[in-house]
Amino acid sequence: MAAGSTYTPIATYTVSSAQAAYTFSSIPSTYTDLVVVINGTFGAFNTLFMQFNSDTSSNNYSDTGMNGSGSAASSYRGTSGNASGTGGMGATRSTTILQIQNYSNATTYKTTLWRANSPSDYVQTGVSLWRNTAAINSITFTANATTFQAGSTLTLYGITAA
Amino acid sequence: MSILPGIYASQITGHLVTGSFDSIATVSPTSSATVTFSSIPSTYKHLQIRILASVAQTVNPPFNWLVTFNGDSAANYSRHRLQGDGSSASSYGIGSQNYFELSYINGSLTTMNAAVVDILDYQNTNKYKTTKSLSGYDANGSGFIVLNSGSWQSTSAITSISITQNSGGTGLYAPNTSFALYGIRG
Repeated sequence: MAAGSTYTPIATYTVSSAQAAYTFSSIPSTYTDLVVVINGTFGAFNTLFMQFNSDTSSNNYSDTGMNGSGSAASSYRGTSGNASGTGGMGATRSTTILQIQNYSNATTYKTTLWRANSPSDYVQTGVSLWRNTAAINSITFTANATTFQAGSTLTLYGITAA
Repeated sequence: MSILPGIYASQITGHLVTGSFDSIATVSPTSSATVTFSSIPSTYKHLQIRILASVAQTVNPPFNWLVTFNGDSAANYSRHRLQGDGSSASSYGIGSQNYFELSYINGSLTTMNAAVVDILDYQNTNKYKTTKSLSGYDANGSGFIVLNSGSWQSTSAITSISITQNSGGTGLYAPNTSFALYGIRG
């Protein structure tokens, strides 16, 4: 079997003052999968939205998610939206990890698995679909109706399969 | 956006030093319903399988992937599942099974089914083997998100992993399907 070290840091960004969104741009096409790790806080608990390639108005995004609130478990669905909801982040330091597999192929729709952990609010997981076959070259994360707080970090990794 | 030559990082199984996550093998099946990783090196601490697949399926989708270790098809597996179907969350557990299950797989050539499976301490001959996985698909109006945990009641080191479709699967994987095995050093 072939073996090779992978899981390469591509870029990281640390929020210096409150901002509503951040974009990883000019993403290299040379990896197999992307992993995004976000560790930070919002001004108040709300949804973290994700969009690809500046696609903000196509109604090409949908999600199936699952929540644990501390008192109940539930599931939800979003369809034909302008962004993927990838769980929430809150005023207590939260972590979201997203797995975007085969992101650079130009044949299939793009599927993302994600887990979101906001200790004072919810534990969540879900799968999101972008109904576009274009290779992903940018990813925009937006805090819905709030902002990323200073000190929040967003890191992008690339994984290469053998 | 700053470009990093190499840093400490965190990922789904914990903190990771660059250079400790190796690609071992990738299988891109077409007609076969079963994918097997064999002769798995013994030099890692944990394994991760990353799956992205689309399936040409004509019979009762969705169906499941069934995972066995070292060719063991006896009733040595148990699992718990937590799943969301877009309207409700549900859970179940089952013991004495002949496989560890990943769910669900949608029969569609355009909607990809994804899974990330972690197999922890796979070389340890003093304990049963534990797996955890996140899997699912979304098809804009349908889909599942599933968390699975599993146990293989064997103290053998894992040397092979087989992933097959259950009785509803036809074995026809579409292009852009891949099963990739990674090793994590500890």
